[in-house]
Amino acid sequence: MKRFPGVVASDGVNLGVRQGEIHCLLGENGAGKTTLMRILYGLYQPDSGEIFLAGKRVKISSPSVALAHRIGMIHQHFRLVPTLSVEENVILGLDEGMGPFLRLGKTRKKIAAIADEYGLSIDPKAKVWQLSVGQQQRVEIIKALYRESDILIMDEPTSVLTPQEVDQLFTTLRTLVDDGLTIIFITHKLDEVMQVSDRVTVLRYGKLVATLPTSQTDKPSLARLMVGREVVFRLEKNPLQQGEKLLEVIELQTLSDRGLPALRNVSFEVYGGEILSVAGVSGNGQAELAEVLTGLRKATSGQIFLGGKDITNRSAREITDAGVAHVPAERIKMGTVRNMSVRENLILKDYRHPPFSRGIFLNHKKAEANAQRAMVDYQIAAPSDNSAAKLLSGGNIQRMVLARELSGNPRLIVAAHPTYGLDVGATEQVRQVLLRQRERGAAILLISEDLEEVMALSDRILVMFSGGVMGILDAEGAELGEIGLMMAGTQHEGVKR
Amino acid sequence: MKKPSLFRVERRPVPSGHVVVLVSILAIFAALLVAGIFFQAYGVSAIRAYQLIVKGALGSKLGLTETVRRAIPLLLCGVGLTIAFRALFWNIGAEGQLLLGGVAAAGVALFSGLPNVLLLPAMFIAGFLAGALWGLIPAALKARLGINDVITTLMMNYIAIYLVEWLIHGPWRGPTMRGFAYTDKFPSAATLPTISWTRIHWPTLLLGLALAVLAYLLITRTRAGFEIRVVGENPDAARFAGISVLKTTLLVMIISGGLAGLAGVGEVAGIHKMLLGPTHISMGYGYTAIIVAWLARRNPLAVIVTSLLFGVIMSGGDVIRVSLGLPFQVINLFNGLILFFLIGSELLMHYKISFSFRRQ
Repeated sequence: MKRFPGVVASDGVNLGVRQGEIHCLLGENGAGKTTLMRILYGLYQPDSGEIFLAGKRVKISSPSVALAHRIGMIHQHFRLVPTLSVEENVILGLDEGMGPFLRLGKTRKKIAAIADEYGLSIDPKAKVWQLSVGQQQRVEIIKALYRESDILIMDEPTSVLTPQEVDQLFTTLRTLVDDGLTIIFITHKLDEVMQVSDRVTVLRYGKLVATLPTSQTDKPSLARLMVGREVVFRLEKNPLQQGEKLLEVIELQTLSDRGLPALRNVSFEVYGGEILSVAGVSGNGQAELAEVLTGLRKATSGQIFLGGKDITNRSAREITDAGVAHVPAERIKMGTVRNMSVRENLILKDYRHPPFSRGIFLNHKKAEANAQRAMVDYQIAAPSDNSAAKLLSGGNIQRMVLARELSGNPRLIVAAHPTYGLDVGATEQVRQVLLRQRERGAAILLISEDLEEVMALSDRILVMFSGGVMGILDAEGAELGEIGLMMAGTQHEGVKR
Repeated sequence: MKKPSLFRVERRPVPSGHVVVLVSILAIFAALLVAGIFFQAYGVSAIRAYQLIVKGALGSKLGLTETVRRAIPLLLCGVGLTIAFRALFWNIGAEGQLLLGGVAAAGVALFSGLPNVLLLPAMFIAGFLAGALWGLIPAALKARLGINDVITTLMMNYIAIYLVEWLIHGPWRGPTMRGFAYTDKFPSAATLPTISWTRIHWPTLLLGLALAVLAYLLITRTRAGFEIRVVGENPDAARFAGISVLKTTLLVMIISGGLAGLAGVGEVAGIHKMLLGPTHISMGYGYTAIIVAWLARRNPLAVIVTSLLFGVIMSGGDVIRVSLGLPFQVINLFNGLILFFLIGSELLMHYKISFSFRRQ
């Protein structure tokens, strides 16, 4: 068991993994998959519980102990030194040279042997920064094999790969288990579980839900296990009072940071007074969609209309002024200025307009009054309105962001993962706030990976996969299994391409 | 199995005002202490050296006025740098921007042919614009192409130095100067008045003080200042709020470069009354101003105090150089040590140490 301040991240989990299998750990973000694996790798210490390796009780106090037990871990974000070559990265931290000298010749031979055996072709002399992400991952795998790991833990290894690279990775993994290695594969993608694993363990809220042989289950049942049948929150939601069409998106396309297509012909509408949820596994275009809608990313084609007015590729400022609020997914990195006061953070978007500015000057008095009011209305717990935002807890930061974004009675609210990482109380409050805005007649686009939240709040549900719309369902009567299938790339019937 | 620890180090999320002042003073003392070791190694009593510095810089009328005169360019450059540093633009190029201000002022003074009453105002305007232009080049390079500002601003200094050298050896060499590498003397209408017999060119001093107050108001009270702080603290949030990082970066470098340019005008029009070798014009004011701004914790008003402090070090350094026969670099030693300890103290400010004397 592992507790983080205020949260039990891993709660009484009994996980058994057999030698020579690919064992998937399946769960939503925050379900405790990574925490569990970090305990196995010695990065965290369990508050209680034991680990047995081949029948013997072991205490893994640090990653080097894990390595000594032949446990290797491949992190989601690679631990490589970009300016060093592949072979230098592979031997990094190993003590096998002659005195102060490296013996790269020997290293190179061993790398070549590993690469040959498992189809991990790589140039040992290439610098890591020159490699593609897929190749870098290969270096990580070679690193683990070079250390003669018996157990390989992979944390969401496919999240950064192209489909072709994924296929190649899976082939490699099969060769590895045929050779007797054991692989623990962390993922939240149902397709991958079905494709690659021998057995699967589902985690939810830090608890183990089930361990099943993959051959005896299917995607809809896994989706149900992952999300949970019971809805934790019962929200009072008034019947839909659909207003006029506020947002219309037509065949929108854009590129990701890596220059790959991130949105493929996305079209939908949002009406006043409704919550349209965008569900999907992370990395399927939701983040880019939010950015394009709020002017933070350029659309490469397609159009966005707000209340009939074309706002495609307008600046973030123009779009804000047109009445679009944005509750960003990265509420600390993007939504707040840590070293500035709560008062100043609350006028981050409105500082150019009266009453907060007079000519070229700011009106500190009005900003202060505004902060006092917001702190009461949104129950922002802060030492004072003049304290730095970094002193606030996660929940209070989100309350502050909401207070700012919703202050001008926006017409459209783009809320990305608004309750992610918040405690129960703050989550409840954020959801209530969104429902109040719905009642006021705002159009709300809710991007969430939390299917429970999607089911509880939305009027309609749009499912995205690989940058495309898999379908739009009425929330009433929508089935989790069906949504899960759509999230995994199954087209909903009646969707035209 | 927990080891009992004698003391614990804890993070202090927001250091209070008096902690900042205390830690800064401690840093200066630490620097003086280490510099003292060097004095001793040189065979000079450190205590005597410091006595001479204080007496030389503050103990006589001449010393005091020299301290103030040194503080003027430090004040102007330092105020400008606080603005650039607020936006996290690392302007290491105040030295070059100052020189360019001097060049522009000399150009106007010698070749513009403007009527006398307009000469000085035109020199200040030209100096501001030239310094701003010199600062805008690295700003544009960073904002558009992501080129490292530390390197470009630093390199622009060398271009400025050689530009001045070329001018005074080549096209602008004064025909009346018998072959020396100076321009001609400025006409008297193009020189700044000083306070009686001193070398304090008071118009520049007043300008510096006024600009320190204006810069403070800009940062704390205006929309532009708000934007500068947001860009400096979190560029992602700036983008999110629709603040143009490009425009803000250009603005801070117009101000920062422009103010350094004004300092250059003051030096050539107030002290030398001609354009001469770059090391004579500046003596590293632009670099020292980095420490001045840093010691002021990027607060333009505090620069008034810190620039005077470094005025003391510079004029006191002159005194010990002459009376103790120490090399000129002794001032650089001071500057280096103070900056070293200041940056070190930055980390210290954010932690506190609590001791626990528990017995087992």
